[in-house]
Amino acid sequence: MIRTEELLLNVGPQHPSTHGVFRIVVKLDGEVITEATPVMGYLHRGTEKLAEQLNYTQIIPYTDRMDYVSAMTNNYVLVHAVETMMGLEVPERAEFMRLIVMELQRVASHLVWWGTYLLDIGAMSPFLYAFRDRETIINLFNELCGARLTYNYMRVGGVKWDAPPGWIDKVSEFIPYMEGKLREYDKLVSGNEIFLARIKGIGKYDAATAIDYGLSGANLRCTGVDWDLRKAEPYSLYSRFEFDVPLGQNGDCYDRYRIRLEEISQSLRILKQAIAQFPSGGETMGKVPRAIRPPAGEVYTRIESPRGEIGCHIVSKGKAEPYRLKFRRPSFVNLQILPKLLIGETMTNLITILGGVDIVVGEVDC
Amino acid sequence: MSEEEKKEPQESGTAEAGEQAKQKTAEAEADPEKAAKLKAAAEARAARAAAKAAAEAAEAAEASAPPAPSPKQPELDAAAALIRREVADEALEEVYINELNGHMPTIIVKNDYWRSIAELLKIENDLTYLRNVSGVDYETHLEVVYHLVSLQSGRELTVKVKADREKPEVSSATPVWATANWNEREIYDLLGIVFTGHPDLRRIMMPDDWVGHPLRKDYEPLDSEV
Repeated sequence: MIRTEELLLNVGPQHPSTHGVFRIVVKLDGEVITEATPVMGYLHRGTEKLAEQLNYTQIIPYTDRMDYVSAMTNNYVLVHAVETMMGLEVPERAEFMRLIVMELQRVASHLVWWGTYLLDIGAMSPFLYAFRDRETIINLFNELCGARLTYNYMRVGGVKWDAPPGWIDKVSEFIPYMEGKLREYDKLVSGNEIFLARIKGIGKYDAATAIDYGLSGANLRCTGVDWDLRKAEPYSLYSRFEFDVPLGQNGDCYDRYRIRLEEISQSLRILKQAIAQFPSGGETMGKVPRAIRPPAGEVYTRIESPRGEIGCHIVSKGKAEPYRLKFRRPSFVNLQILPKLLIGETMTNLITILGGVDIVVGEVDC
Repeated sequence: MSEEEKKEPQESGTAEAGEQAKQKTAEAEADPEKAAKLKAAAEARAARAAAKAAAEAAEAAEASAPPAPSPKQPELDAAAALIRREVADEALEEVYINELNGHMPTIIVKNDYWRSIAELLKIENDLTYLRNVSGVDYETHLEVVYHLVSLQSGRELTVKVKADREKPEVSSATPVWATANWNEREIYDLLGIVFTGHPDLRRIMMPDDWVGHPLRKDYEPLDSEV
């Protein structure tokens, strides 16, 4: 009989497939995982503590650096919380700009996920395709606000910059291009036998478990739970547009993969409608008092980021700085289920399952 | 210098002031624009005073007349009644609507009853999804805030549990909602609230040998230059 020694293995913090500085200590029996302990905090910058000394406009750049793959949605959750507290009206043109950049961001974020996930599993070329197309979106953002990743674009009451001339046309040109590419990528990867063998039926859980663990985004919807905050608790202008919320049935990595790809095409669908209805004129900043001082009290607002429910809990004492600012980060909450999923799996499946959760470590640690 | 000479400048001074005032009215009479400005300023002053009086009157009226009931009031009353019936009459410290946050029903519960209230809310009130857990240091006390929602009906409830600053203890919600696990660990790490009944209460963000809890308001960094 072959006897195997128990082996303690450190995965990370510097490991390409942990997508940042995240570490998992796994106990192995042969190739099978018997225990997994995530270790985090390597990227903890104390954003919430720092925010207590900053005014609300100064906090916006810090939100860019949480989920740095999806900075636009992070901007939005903060300004939305402050606007809710102060009861501010945002001009329609500004709200349209916000919605367009948020949906472009969702496409860009899902492309990063798609490329890196396949790279983790062993396919090199999809990564290059995905990053080529994401670059188009990043160039659009660069033109809009002069930054590739950390945009600092939204403000309390509106957006900082209006679309430069011809920008909207460039976005509408991008939509059919991306739709075509998406079909191509689907053909290239989704039917691949080896790929399907790697992800079908892996990392399975049911709806009750997903809800118990507070999962959100594709991690929740892969079990068939119809909960997308753009539909369930509409914010911004989402109630004006037609789109579907893709759902899974099996709660495995394959369903999460399918949902994220389908979400790209739904985002393109929203973008098409938003551009058709885009107001030709109007302000990009609403009437905002010079000093932004939300009234004393507290508020919790949440939106659907590409990774799930991102929330912002502000406790204000009527000052220019928040008394307490807490971010509910979907990556942090979604990651909790990982140790449970890994028990009994092989080392190769660790990479598949971790990649399927779709984390950004800047957001896990905050 | 004679006394007469000393007197003279004084006299001329008052005379000058009188002259100036005369000139001003004369100017105003002569310059219709200036007159209009003066008049407008006076009117604006009057309007401001009137507005202030009106606002004060409205405030007073608001204080005396009961405010319109919140649309979420029945929801809140039902949840509060359920807890009072099933757990204990004195389990609730405060019950109110947080109007700032889209009329969020909010309850403050006593820590001794929190664990049984959590189970009750999850099973009887369908609040299966714990979306967020926050900790707040209010300097007089600490507070843990649980944001709950029902994925079926979209009903929401915010539950707060207060803790003493010197000996902060709150019953853990992890046995009821698994998602509370890391959230509570983060609050323990950053605010030093001890969650009794938590299966694995360790630091999560800061290193294990860290001294103090950074999100406390009186926290002093080890290295002041950092």
